[in-house]
Amino acid sequence: MLNYLNLVVLAIITLLAALAANNAVDLPYQIHAIIVVLVAAGVFIYTLMHTNDPPKPRATGYMDGVVKAGVIATAFWGLAGFLVGTIIAFQLAFPVLNFDWAQGYLSFGRMRPLHTSAVIFAFGGNALIAATFYISQRTCATRLWGGNLAWFVFWGYQLFIVLAATGYLMGVTQSKEYAEPEWYVDIWLTVVWVAFLAVFMGTLMKRKEPHIYVANWFLLSFIVTIAMLHLVNNISIPVSIYGSKSVQLFAGVQDALTQWWYGHNAVGFFLTAGFLGMMYYFVPKQAGRPVYSYKLSIIHFWALIFLYIWAGPHHLHYTALPDWAQVLGMVFSVILWMPSWGGMINGLMTLSGAWDKLRTDPVLRMMVISIGFYGMSTFEGPMMSIRAVNSLSHYTDWTIGHVHSGALGWNGMITFGMLYFLVPRLWNRERLYSLSMVSWHFWLATIGIVLYASSMWVTGIMEGLMWREVDAQGFLVNSFADTVAAKFPMYVVRGLGGVLFLAGAIIMCVNLWKTVTSVGEKSSDAAAVPAE
Amino acid sequence: MSGKSPDNKDPNTTGHIWDGIEEFDNPLPRWWLWVLYLTIIWGIGYTIWMPAWPLLNGTTTAGIGGYSSRADVAADIKHFVDANAAVDSKLTAVELEEIAGDPDLSNYALNGGAAVFRTWCAQCHGKGAGGFTGYPNLIDNDWLWGGTLEDIHTTVSHGIREPADDDTRLNDMPKFGEDLEAEEIDQVVQYLLSISGQEADAGLAETGAEVYADNCESCHDEGGIGNRDLGAPNLTDAIWLFGGDAASIRTTIVHGRAGVMPAWAGRLSESQIRQVSFWVHQQGGGE
Repeated sequence: MLNYLNLVVLAIITLLAALAANNAVDLPYQIHAIIVVLVAAGVFIYTLMHTNDPPKPRATGYMDGVVKAGVIATAFWGLAGFLVGTIIAFQLAFPVLNFDWAQGYLSFGRMRPLHTSAVIFAFGGNALIAATFYISQRTCATRLWGGNLAWFVFWGYQLFIVLAATGYLMGVTQSKEYAEPEWYVDIWLTVVWVAFLAVFMGTLMKRKEPHIYVANWFLLSFIVTIAMLHLVNNISIPVSIYGSKSVQLFAGVQDALTQWWYGHNAVGFFLTAGFLGMMYYFVPKQAGRPVYSYKLSIIHFWALIFLYIWAGPHHLHYTALPDWAQVLGMVFSVILWMPSWGGMINGLMTLSGAWDKLRTDPVLRMMVISIGFYGMSTFEGPMMSIRAVNSLSHYTDWTIGHVHSGALGWNGMITFGMLYFLVPRLWNRERLYSLSMVSWHFWLATIGIVLYASSMWVTGIMEGLMWREVDAQGFLVNSFADTVAAKFPMYVVRGLGGVLFLAGAIIMCVNLWKTVTSVGEKSSDAAAVPAE
Repeated sequence: MSGKSPDNKDPNTTGHIWDGIEEFDNPLPRWWLWVLYLTIIWGIGYTIWMPAWPLLNGTTTAGIGGYSSRADVAADIKHFVDANAAVDSKLTAVELEEIAGDPDLSNYALNGGAAVFRTWCAQCHGKGAGGFTGYPNLIDNDWLWGGTLEDIHTTVSHGIREPADDDTRLNDMPKFGEDLEAEEIDQVVQYLLSISGQEADAGLAETGAEVYADNCESCHDEGGIGNRDLGAPNLTDAIWLFGGDAASIRTTIVHGRAGVMPAWAGRLSESQIRQVSFWVHQQGGGE
């Protein structure tokens, strides 16, 4: 019965998308409509071919296929995102790499949102979806709720990524940082995200454990808040339902404030709360130690989610945003320092009694350094939100360095740790293929991040000082071009940092691939299965 | 489950276990809690000092410190405006030629002019004023419309081919692609190469001289020495705005050229225009 309903829905989607492709007023919209036609028609045919299959026995045990797919997608999009990031880093150092033949497609302006979305939403998003599906099943001791809905979430999310990424290269953007996709892609993501929330909530509700584990609090806050941010920041009216362009509901400083309320909480709830959920499961598992403090986890969770949502205005210091809003944004950001560090303390102190494992376990080392980078960037963030500091750092590369010490150090390293943890377990392998390759990855990535962050500190502070320098009569001392020229050596260093980080990720992918293909199976008795 | 394990010094756990993960019942770290309290107390104090809290009547608390970004910036600007007021008004009152003789004025105009140039002019003319193809070099001795301080001041004020300015400098390098035969264009290109000291086909150049005399001489003058009154470039030197090789010269002749420089009167103050004109004049090419 469900199959017939699916077929009807898929047929309608195929027809509507074909209609949209036929009436399209711009080429990118037409291409996107054709992609949707192909995907919907493909799923229609697949469903039709399997309509008369005998009903499968009801699956029991953990639903790990979708987690495996998430692990593969995370590694794939990670490589893509790091590669594009490295390319655009060199495009900034050597503008000649913005090739004439690729103008309008592969120039910096098109590639930059491709990079940010690839690493945040494709790499980070798939890591979070995989982590959510894995962690919620283990800590609720139950199979994912909703049957194949989890697969819909996974494939629906990949379609979102493809539509967003191809759109950027063709110039489809609503010009909102980290919220570039246009209205129809936003609507699709909303559908996928609601399904994601349903799978997660359903799993939580049918849990076999009396209490909800702390990781799940963070994951729930991440899913719910991202839904809210996404809906409000993308309120727009399409110019035509057959075109990719839309007009924002908010204008001027209201639009800017909404955008940075969204933008900062994308950091707060996607890259912080979501990844803290990941940290709260994988660190105690890998260390084999209890979480340091239950009390701290409660207090820092509520403080973190209460405070983060107000911190956005610090992106708009010394702008048209009224002083009072800037001041409140700054105050909430500074108070956020300790609640952020609560996660760091709980992560690091979980290792007390197991510090010796750092000598022998490079995966644990990776997780620990990610917590270190988390602590560093959650100190740097509140500091940069102070208006006096921000007047120097704003619009400079310091911000870029700050974001990357968080993104590469915290989000990247904890995700790598998760992948090293998951692959042997999901594919039922005895061990990782090579621990020394993990060590290589660890050092390449760490040195890469240090090169990246320190070069951006240097150029950021330098250009901030150069911009504000006036002579005794109040005249500007440097032209903008002077500051650009002065940054060149540091841009090269930053690019090299990216190369090292990318090289580490490639080593990881080889290692994971070899783990699946050439390491022996683990004896099956150890595989944990929930009582279903 | 709750309680100490007998064989180690671990603190109590909460008794919950998820997939093998337990939680210690450790208290909040004391230093963490105190720093959190301190930041909260500081936050309350800071929002009393600064404008911060929205009120029901649509306004916000003003803050007892009386801070305002606008007032802050205005005070910063006023400081320099006041400090420079005397020399600034003198700069616009004197004749242009008098600036160089007055150390206060020339020092002020040079510093200010450099800043104006960095902000408004460097995008096209380059930060060292060395120019690019299509954007004149301002530090050599070659001037299209004249290199005296007065000439430069007029160019900066009214621009070149600026449609919105009635006093703009205006001329027209026509498209000869339609009026001349391909052969004639070949000839005049060779002529121009020969008079600018480049390798040229002597035969073609000879006939090219006649084509030149009939079509180009009225603006570029006899022998290609140019005419500043018309803004017609000197074609005998090695300085070319749009390139001096055969292909570039051919493009210029066939399609014409019409570069635009904006008029800065109205966008910059008279004082700023004088500053930047003086600065450009002092860069080595000034006449």
